[in-house]
Amino acid sequence: MAINTIENTAKQLVLTVQDYSLFAWRAFLNLWSPPRYWQDILVQSDIIGAGSTSIVLLSGFFTGGVLALQSAATLSQFGATAVTGRFVGITMIRELGPVLTGIMVAGRNASSMASELGSMVVTEQIDAMRALGVDPIRKLVTPRIFACISMLFFLTIVADAFGILGGGFVTVFMNHQDGTQYFSMAWEHLRYPDIIQGLVKPLFSGFIIASIGCFYGLRTTGGTEGVGRSTIQAVVYASVLIIVVDFLNTQVLLTLFPSP
Amino acid sequence: MSEIPVTAQPYPDPYGHALAPDAGARPVVAFRGVSIAFAGPPVLEDISFSVAPGETRIVLGPAGVGKSVLLKLVNGLLRPDEGSILLFGEEIAHMPEEMLFPLRTRTGMVFQEGALFDSLNVRDNVAYQLIQEGVSDDEIDRRVREALRFVELEETFDLFPGSLSGGMKRRVAIARALIRQPELLLYDSPTGGLDPVTSTTIIELIVKERDFYGTPSILVTHRLQDAFTLCTHRFDAELGRMVPLPEGHTDPSTTFLVLEEGRLIFDGSLDNLLRSRNEFVREFLQ
Repeated sequence: MAINTIENTAKQLVLTVQDYSLFAWRAFLNLWSPPRYWQDILVQSDIIGAGSTSIVLLSGFFTGGVLALQSAATLSQFGATAVTGRFVGITMIRELGPVLTGIMVAGRNASSMASELGSMVVTEQIDAMRALGVDPIRKLVTPRIFACISMLFFLTIVADAFGILGGGFVTVFMNHQDGTQYFSMAWEHLRYPDIIQGLVKPLFSGFIIASIGCFYGLRTTGGTEGVGRSTIQAVVYASVLIIVVDFLNTQVLLTLFPSP
Repeated sequence: MSEIPVTAQPYPDPYGHALAPDAGARPVVAFRGVSIAFAGPPVLEDISFSVAPGETRIVLGPAGVGKSVLLKLVNGLLRPDEGSILLFGEEIAHMPEEMLFPLRTRTGMVFQEGALFDSLNVRDNVAYQLIQEGVSDDEIDRRVREALRFVELEETFDLFPGSLSGGMKRRVAIARALIRQPELLLYDSPTGGLDPVTSTTIIELIVKERDFYGTPSILVTHRLQDAFTLCTHRFDAELGRMVPLPEGHTDPSTTFLVLEEGRLIFDGSLDNLLRSRNEFVREFLQ
């Protein structure tokens, strides 16, 4: 009995991964062939980009502030509070900026994509779209993926900038240290590989957020209760996958650009 | 299947369409031994029938018997596990989804609850296909108004689906299905959940479409009175409303399919249906 359950669960998992891979591949390929829905891409870019700016800005600012508080407390034991700027800058740009932005945007947008598409499934709007000769993956999924990848890239830059600013705010007004020293340390020790590492990750996260959100939305079954279930699954799997892929990306990027 | 010969007289068509579907013509839709199951016993089993040009087929059966599934198989929204489905002469049972989209643009489908896009207004809902095809705004406005005039809802042009009643939504859905003058119409319980007066309005529109354009169609319903109204009425263009056919006459292009537990147990005319000795059919009619 228990073996059967494990077997069925494993089969279900493999089937879901297979379905997701085919779905994501099809959505990605649609980017390179007509018809392309530019207007939908613009609308989605506005929803994802402009709509997420405030939460990304605030989370970035306070994460940078917390980093400065924590690092200054530890670094002061070694008389090295002067490197707070370097610590905050590199941590925000290489790791926390991309990952936190990804998770914040996943919470806001993967959920909205899953619930929106899920509602369309249960009210037969997706079937209606197919019956009208329009490919829902091309019309609904591909624009969201394209918009999410491009907007997450810029949102990460915003989060990085406000994170460093938040760290600077804490350094100057709470830790009463020199602001010029903080910002010059943050700037001088920044290398191109750090920036590349920080800006490659949101490309993956953007793809994960939109593809997972749409995938679970379009798989919705079971009415309004099913929409709720899809929304939870989308946020949970997108967030976990962002962290897993971040780990793999970091491994690869550290191999390609080893620390000096 | 039907054993009793047709005795009801066909009514002369005032619009010049064929009096009865041409049996020799290539069918618009043909099912051959179609079966489908969803993780359990078959929902439909060994279904075979065809729809001739100009023919209206009414699929009858109780709720949950697989009527909507059958309709979704016709335009490839669902794929059969076994059997062959020909749509406009092309085998679609295993056709890739990308190749199905152009075929689907030649059909019109009215869903059970209308399935209007709730983020778009009536104009954009009705014009959905035309917008995708890049038709000019002026042309879209003209054709949308024409389609809305057909369903007598021109005043809803700028409204959103949320502000429409259930019956109005169905009528807008009919307008959306008709705007490109499809070669096949699929109606999925178009009167389900509506009050009798609104149901009659919807049936009148379907009769009007049938008699005006002669588009072949498949209509799924569990409401006998709707099915019989379709078969015993015609649209009078002069009076601008549906009128009953003379006593003893039925529309020759409107025929019936009856499903029982996923199996097709009847295929024939109203007269054959009323004379059927099948126990389930008799019980269903009563």
